[in-house]
Amino acid sequence: MGEAAIQIGPEWPSAFMDRVKEMLPEGGHLDLCLTCGACASGCPATGLNGMDPRKFLRMAALGLDEELTTTPWVWMCSMCQRCIYVCPMQIDIPALVYQARAAWPREERPKGILGSCDMALRNESCSAMGASPEDFQFVVEDVLEEVRESQPGFEDLQAPIDKPGAHFFLNQNSREPVTEPEEMVPLWKILHHAGVDWTYGSKGWGGENYCMFLADDDNWKRTVATSLGHAHELGCKVYLNTE
Amino acid sequence: MTYAVRAGLQKFNIATDLEIASIYQYYARWIREGKLKVSSDWNKNLKIKFTAQDPCQIVRKSYGDAVADDLRFIVKSVVGEENFVDMYPNKSNNYCCGGGGGFLQSGYNEERRAYGRLKLDQILATGADYCIAACHNCHAQIHDLAEHFEAPYHTTHLWTLICLSMGILGENERAYLGPELAEVGL
Repeated sequence: MGEAAIQIGPEWPSAFMDRVKEMLPEGGHLDLCLTCGACASGCPATGLNGMDPRKFLRMAALGLDEELTTTPWVWMCSMCQRCIYVCPMQIDIPALVYQARAAWPREERPKGILGSCDMALRNESCSAMGASPEDFQFVVEDVLEEVRESQPGFEDLQAPIDKPGAHFFLNQNSREPVTEPEEMVPLWKILHHAGVDWTYGSKGWGGENYCMFLADDDNWKRTVATSLGHAHELGCKVYLNTE
Repeated sequence: MTYAVRAGLQKFNIATDLEIASIYQYYARWIREGKLKVSSDWNKNLKIKFTAQDPCQIVRKSYGDAVADDLRFIVKSVVGEENFVDMYPNKSNNYCCGGGGGFLQSGYNEERRAYGRLKLDQILATGADYCIAACHNCHAQIHDLAEHFEAPYHTTHLWTLICLSMGILGENERAYLGPELAEVGL
């Protein structure tokens, strides 16, 4: 015999799903599931840890809150939103996953994601690798000088930081300045050839945001506000994401 | 990152006059306006095949098929239309590589690679020599999948190919190119 069926009465608690519904426009359509399974059949995370998006949503509807907010599967779903894309009812399952991540005590969330968010909070760079504004400036200037000296045609190459009034404010994934700085050069060359007026910012130059992945709203907001605020202070017109 | 900023503005009601853009949109515009003089002549005889990943955060989650079309326009302009092989499904319907959402840093490496098998098979089905991954999460994951599963493709950034096609890619800027492209345009 299998496990006993779950009995659901009118008073069945589904506090988690109700709470998430209140946070989303049109309740994220969480009540509109047709149980067709399009989400699960098109999801690369289906089957990992015995879970899939359809099952996750059905468990929420059944009020299995304890299971939902403790399953490590929420860290194996990449919140890519393909399930919403294929869903006939546009149900926001990734928002449910996000809130399940947020239900984990912060210190118990995956160490790598937690560490990357905390690194971004160390200084105003908002870099998941913790590089300071000074480190960033040093690397950029060092690489720039070498290219100007060694590559004919690029004696005037620019990589400005905090240039007031530049049209574009560019961010940069920390992987480049920290682990492979020469990969910044092709980007600079493209901007140079296109005749673009651009700048990096000493604040908020980090292009990645692990606080969002950590489901840490306060610090997601803080990092975005730091970066955009600095672009605004410099008088830039376009916030240009390099990824 | 594009999505963190766009979704963050909306979620936290942050007001801004700034235009939030992806650099793919501007690469495509600069090529169309003739500011970036790219050419695919270097690949006329080499006939090296390329496919491209659609980063979820920029395509499905932000600007949709329009930016996926920009990405294809750029790639075709720099490698030659006949040398681009699209993966299937693609654009907004493409699969996530499995590097996103923090998966790369989550510690669940076995599951991350199991997730990525779908992407690996998609890339292998194109027969492409290179997969262009213009997002760092995608780049790291697709590169790792090739190493782990011993797949024969290379993983490269978009800016590398743009510069290669303009004859301005330096010797030290080729870490992700295979030996057949090590000296092209030098």
